[in-house]
Amino acid sequence: MKAASPPFRSFLRSAGSVFLKDWRSELRTRYAVSALLMFVVTTIAIILFSLGSEGASPDALSGMLWVVVFFAAMSGLSRTFVMEEERGTTLTLQLLASPGAVFFGKLLFNLVLVTGLNAVTVLLYGAVIEGFVIRTMSIFVVTVILGSMGFAAAATVIAAIIARANTKGTLYPVLSFPIVLPLLLSVIEATKKASDGAFFAEAAGEFQLLISYIVVVVVASSMLFEFIWKD
Amino acid sequence: MSGRVHLAGEGLRKEYDRRPVFGNVSFSASAGETLLITGRNGSGKTTLVKIICGVLTPGGGTLSLTTNPHDPSRDRRGLIGLVSPYLQMFDEFSAVENLAIAMGIRGLPFDPRAADALLERVAIFPRRHDQVRTYSSGMKQRVKYAFALIHTPPVLVLDEPMTNLDVEGIAIVRTIMAEQRRHGILVVATNDLSDIDTYERRVDLDEGR
Repeated sequence: MKAASPPFRSFLRSAGSVFLKDWRSELRTRYAVSALLMFVVTTIAIILFSLGSEGASPDALSGMLWVVVFFAAMSGLSRTFVMEEERGTTLTLQLLASPGAVFFGKLLFNLVLVTGLNAVTVLLYGAVIEGFVIRTMSIFVVTVILGSMGFAAAATVIAAIIARANTKGTLYPVLSFPIVLPLLLSVIEATKKASDGAFFAEAAGEFQLLISYIVVVVVASSMLFEFIWKD
Repeated sequence: MSGRVHLAGEGLRKEYDRRPVFGNVSFSASAGETLLITGRNGSGKTTLVKIICGVLTPGGGTLSLTTNPHDPSRDRRGLIGLVSPYLQMFDEFSAVENLAIAMGIRGLPFDPRAADALLERVAIFPRRHDQVRTYSSGMKQRVKYAFALIHTPPVLVLDEPMTNLDVEGIAIVRTIMAEQRRHGILVVATNDLSDIDTYERRVDLDEGR
């Protein structure tokens, strides 16, 4: 097998170091994790109290799960760039790393964060929401994994854009919604199929769409990121 | 250091929202030379510094930074070290951790002994494991010098180099500047013209206004 070329190895090392910096910073400050967990717990509690003993259809419960994930992700994933901007370390990163290394380092961090968030959300939601039953676990697991990747990809580039704006808090969900709408529709549909007990092959269309979405967003973001990041 | 280094700008200009900051700025400097950037407040010293460091794109003109022999392991970011009041450290980390992060993100190996020697030089060594957020503004300025020098850049860019420094800090910085003059290019943006005779090259951004 051919070894990676020195510039590529340096790029990987650089992107990995951006991820490690953010990871260690998060372990020390609990900045994003605290906000995300509080959001998930509060939202699920509100859904639980609203439904009471009446319950809801499995389709509606599948949709609500992803509403929780969407708003939780939107409240926490922007921190990766907003924090750099607020602390004035954007320039420091610009001096140290290529835009590509920053983008992929931050993308990896958001991917780890949103995967952990989704795991906690799904477990909590499944445990407390009566009537939310998954009959085809394989469809659901693949949906959560691909959904996490899609959210991380979209959230990273949107966070980079809004970090420079004055109205960061409100702009993020507004800008995100049209971009993640195809992702949301696909994961909700796939979750419904998992809930209905469909065969794995029946969700192939949703999975193809999710994979295409992830590829398009990552490729387009990595090409555009330099222009967002530099000036 | 990476052999001979040459920095040149030709006809540089920059606008913000179509408001010109400066226009037609040219300069050149080689290893062993010092470039002084002067101009009144708002004349664009910091903007020019950021263009030299590659974090801002000029509105026009060309900027080149070349080394001979060419070192493929270093891109422009690896050739420049910057110290400025607006540069911030990752303050939830210690001084040593900041240097390790800087080297990691640059894609270069980190040598703890070199980092310790550098922190000793800027007189931060006894508190090198404390979080940067607990430092005074003068101590943070000293850490910035270690941060800018840890990858031994052939070009050292200083924007208002003495900001927040005490007498001891100023003496340390003067030594660093003298050393950089011997090995590479020193670029200084300041309004303090007390040492103007020691600079070989000068860009006055007030000229032609």
